Amino acid sequence: MDDRITLRLARYRPEEEAEPTFEEYEVPCRKDWVVLDGLNYIKDQLDGTLSFRWSCRMGICGSCGMTVNGEPKLTCETFLTDYAPGPVRIEPLQNFPVIRDLIVEMTDFMQKLTTIKPWIVRDEERPLAEGEYRQTPDEMSEYMQYSMCINCMLCYAACPVYSLDPKFIGPAAIALAQRYNLDSRDEGSGERLDILSQHEGIWACTFVGECTEVCPKDVDPAGAIQRYKLDAALTSLKSFLLPWGAR
Amino acid sequence: MSERPTYTPFHPRWYRPPVSTWWWLKRPSSRAFILRELSSIFVAWFVVFFLLLVAAVGRGEAAYQEFLRWATNPGSVLINLVSLLFVVFHAVTWFNLAPRAMVVHIRGKRVPGKLIAASNYGAWVVTSILVAWIILAGSR
Amino acid sequence: MVKRTLTLEPLLWLLFSAGGVVAALVIPVLLLLFGLAFPLGWLSPPSHAHMLAVLGHPLSRVTIFVSCTLLLFHWAHRFRYTLYDGLQIKHLNELIVLLCYGGVLVGSIAAGYLVWQLP
Ligand code: SF4
Ligand code: FES
Repeated sequence: MDDRITLRLARYRPEEEAEPTFEEYEVPCRKDWVVLDGLNYIKDQLDGTLSFRWSCRMGICGSCGMTVNGEPKLTCETFLTDYAPGPVRIEPLQNFPVIRDLIVEMTDFMQKLTTIKPWIVRDEERPLAEGEYRQTPDEMSEYMQYSMCINCMLCYAACPVYSLDPKFIGPAAIALAQRYNLDSRDEGSGERLDILSQHEGIWACTFVGECTEVCPKDVDPAGAIQRYKLDAALTSLKSFLLPWGAR
Repeated sequence: MSERPTYTPFHPRWYRPPVSTWWWLKRPSSRAFILRELSSIFVAWFVVFFLLLVAAVGRGEAAYQEFLRWATNPGSVLINLVSLLFVVFHAVTWFNLAPRAMVVHIRGKRVPGKLIAASNYGAWVVTSILVAWIILAGSR
Repeated sequence: MVKRTLTLEPLLWLLFSAGGVVAALVIPVLLLLFGLAFPLGWLSPPSHAHMLAVLGHPLSRVTIFVSCTLLLFHWAHRFRYTLYDGLQIKHLNELIVLLCYGGVLVGSIAAGYLVWQLP
């Protein structure tokens, strides 16, 4: 006999209701079941109208982020038994507009990611014939941590600054900028600085540190932002003191 | 279904609950955050307290003794105790964060974060001893 | 291309950080001594002559002035953001900036005057 656990789900059907409501479902609480298994059980057995995103079920695609008992979590990595005897409250990620049920609108996030030019920027592209840009393992380890991001948006959901000011470019985008800035093959840090030194860029961050706490991939976006602030402040101090010297 | 959902670019239906003014009470980590931020008030208080000391020393022996006597009143002791706790909290969070903001390379090798944090704490101990020694050298 | 806007934000942040370092390094010991140890009689306070010699040294005067200014910048920056985020009163921005950096100005003038008038 299985134990059972109640999931309290936020439902939002924009064609029917103006605000989300809660509905409760009872699902088996098995030792090897994660919250996402519970949701799939509901979708398959109890209520086919429930909408939510998921794909890989192994913490790599970043699409199953939801708010579980108030905390941003990857639901495919969050075990039901940790919440026994329940009930478990499941809501869409905070700080994003909700489209339906547990699905949030992520265009804002996607756009922010592209503004920081997350690709290798060269002053001058090397002709193909000259071969690849080479990199040593040490050089790679400089940015490795920041390249582990899976774009799950948990850090945005946790970030109070983003919740107060949606224009804030946010943790993952800044960590991603650092990932390229610290890449030995990249020459785009100046261009990125122009974007990130705007007020909605790095300076809006007050180092609450929640982003790092919720990140499932140990990217440490909070650290990346602080590190970037220091670099940026010194760069702008330099260009302030020696206007002719800096780029 | 009286109200049809309207489409605004990127936001099919803006459902975004307002942020409570007291959001920082909700999670333990944000409570720690707000305490850390409030430490700044006690930093400001320290500046006032210290400048009062400087002023008293400047006005002569009698004023200095008067300041020392004033500092024994329970109110001032209490606020200084609270300030001390807050500033120590600030110091600990500050030094713990240091290795994440500062990445130092010595001869091409990245200095481990633990070492950077340790050197910060070391600097804290050394400065404290130095300051205490300078001041206590004149104790009667 | 984004226009390079000259903002004070990086400078203020550097001053905030410098003040944060000063605060972390020296405030605890000074508060412990002058706020608790001397008033509560754990240690006997230094003589007036000694304090005058310590504070009146040219190097101390400069250090005290610079440190107080940095500490006030630290306070101003952090307090400003606490008001923005904690109370969500960013619309009072002008008033907050005036309060915070006005405080820095007044405090740092006071500090300058006080160390300068030391005999
Ligand atoms: S930084 Fe971490 S929490 Fe943020 S999107 Fe990337 S993986 Fe998710
Ligand atoms: S389903 Fe892919 S990260 Fe959870």
